[in-house]
Amino acid sequence: MAANSISNQKEMFMTSKRSEILTGAQIVVRLLERQGVRLLSGIPGGAILPIYDALSQSTQIHHVLARHEQGAGFIAQGIARASGEVAVCMASSGPGATNLLTAIADAKLDSIPLVAITGQVPKSMIGTDAFQEVDTYGLTIPITKHNFLVGSAEELLEVIPHAFRLAASGRPGPVLVDIPKDVQNQSIEVSDWPAPGASDPAPAPDAVLISRAAAMINGAARPILYLGGGVVHSGASGSAVALAEKAGLPSVMTLMALGAMPVDHPLSLGMLGMHGARCTNLALDECDLLIAVGARFDDRATGKVAAFCSQAKIIHIDIDPSELDKIKTAHVGIAGDVKAVLGQLVPQVEAILRKPWLARVADLKATHPLRMPGIDDPRMPYGLIRAVADCLDDEATISTDVGQHQMWVAQAYPLRRPRQWLTSGGLGTMGFGLPAAIGAALAEPQRTVVCFTGDGSILMNVQEFATAAEEVANVKVVLMNNASLGLVFQQQTMFYGERIFASKFRGMPDFIKVAEGFGWQTLDLDNAGDPSSALRAALSLPGPVLIHASIDRHEQVLPMVAPGAANKDMIGG
Amino acid sequence: MNANSKTENRALASTVLELDVNNHAGVMSHVVGMFSRRAYNVEGIVCMPVGYEKNGLKSSGETSSEISRIWLLVNEDARLEQMIKQIEKLEDVLSLRRHGAEHEVFERLEEFFH
Repeated sequence: MAANSISNQKEMFMTSKRSEILTGAQIVVRLLERQGVRLLSGIPGGAILPIYDALSQSTQIHHVLARHEQGAGFIAQGIARASGEVAVCMASSGPGATNLLTAIADAKLDSIPLVAITGQVPKSMIGTDAFQEVDTYGLTIPITKHNFLVGSAEELLEVIPHAFRLAASGRPGPVLVDIPKDVQNQSIEVSDWPAPGASDPAPAPDAVLISRAAAMINGAARPILYLGGGVVHSGASGSAVALAEKAGLPSVMTLMALGAMPVDHPLSLGMLGMHGARCTNLALDECDLLIAVGARFDDRATGKVAAFCSQAKIIHIDIDPSELDKIKTAHVGIAGDVKAVLGQLVPQVEAILRKPWLARVADLKATHPLRMPGIDDPRMPYGLIRAVADCLDDEATISTDVGQHQMWVAQAYPLRRPRQWLTSGGLGTMGFGLPAAIGAALAEPQRTVVCFTGDGSILMNVQEFATAAEEVANVKVVLMNNASLGLVFQQQTMFYGERIFASKFRGMPDFIKVAEGFGWQTLDLDNAGDPSSALRAALSLPGPVLIHASIDRHEQVLPMVAPGAANKDMIGG
Repeated sequence: MNANSKTENRALASTVLELDVNNHAGVMSHVVGMFSRRAYNVEGIVCMPVGYEKNGLKSSGETSSEISRIWLLVNEDARLEQMIKQIEKLEDVLSLRRHGAEHEVFERLEEFFH
């Protein structure tokens, strides 16, 4: 009896670890399920059909069929940016893969965790100029954290979890896995499944450096806290605000960090740089200590680097050691997860009121505030943004495309929550906004997602109107239409002797008809008698809605620092 | 030595980098791409498999060594520190050591080039 029960137990154990014969494609889908992936976006094609066939059998994963692979990449980005989790996009070989590249490069520059899976021609045909063959591996080397060309079905068991681990670890970023079709079709016996790939713990930061940083903060007369996207990625917004409040630090945010500290917090100076408020850039020019947290001294933030915070000592905290001393040499450079570093730093800084410095900053704010002409008129750019914000609460998520509208929203929208703000910062990709909004809306269906866009940007991924309608995504697109490439028009006006060229559109689509053709509900604010109440009604409709508003193409984003100039030499505003 | 040749010498000062890397088909592209995309010339490259002693990604059907060593000869440049940090971030680079120009790896190879 005893022996019997032991052998029964053994049998049961064996059954629970029963080996299965699975194809590479089935292994990929099983590994994605085991990673916890429940939503992904892509477009099928010849070289990835085995994976799609396996995906069709998954009851756990909802596949969002994009209408262009770049859309699929940005839908995945929207999922990742809103949730903070690694998101997945898929494409076939050749043009499918090349169409993904822009979204992957965008994820690299903004440190967004993405796993891109591409089909490839069978191994035996690689290098033969086969139909839809392109060197996806070679093309993606410079725009990924890492990439794989998978040689066998067994390797998938190692590569897929590894890809997720790499995408999430340290400074997040995109990882590409290229899988030849014969590897997808190869059957192997699988008995043991690898653990899902998870983020590696960051190495402990150097306590001596943290103490030195605390001493510098305690001894500074005019310190400024400079928050970057790393604060959002690390989940360190609370710690950053705690540091600012305890040490009395006026705080600036990069485009990527907006919302990390509520922009209407008393210590917030909003966004710095090319389109920051005068008071913000002037305060930075006067600071004697700059505490950079998860920020990378991007040229749009710093302006002419030699003139940026030229009197200041610099503390730089970043999880990526290669960011330290890359642009500006730090007096104290701390490599580490910013949340962990701030957790150790905050108890060591003294609670200081800093009355003279905060009074000086208040004076700068009063004399050089951000000017937002037309803020009370919903038919003006700033007024439209304010009117939309007035209809929503902090639970709403805001995405943008790229251009004037993006900068106006960055300046004027009351962002108060990390991950509330989805924008293409580093790569500055027009066409980002709509698919990113769709991804965010599907990842967090309880939220309303508003995508501010322009008439230039929206046409760059306009096909995703179909995806949003199909998914009934809760996306409201606010289209600021000036019938031009507004920021190009502005720069030609300001810096190219008003020689306006290739920036005014002569042929304009009827966007209302376009959206209706895709099955969207619409509101044309141009025809609304009471724009504020019309906006409120449109924003509370279920499903996708286009809100169209004409604006004057001579409206400018101000102030503006000329490219290459010092931030203190702002034009306008 | 006049001032000119001193400047020249400084411009030509070189560094030898020694990298242990996972031995698979894409590693050289990853490493060399770091330089080429910055228009930073690599003056010399040598690469050979060295053994199995460290943990690399196993790839099936691979009969060669798991670990290779890459020697790079590069000119000193203000960007070198950043380059080294970027190379150290590469997933397939297991370690990086920096040597002075006096390292003999490339000198001893010279006979094959003359």
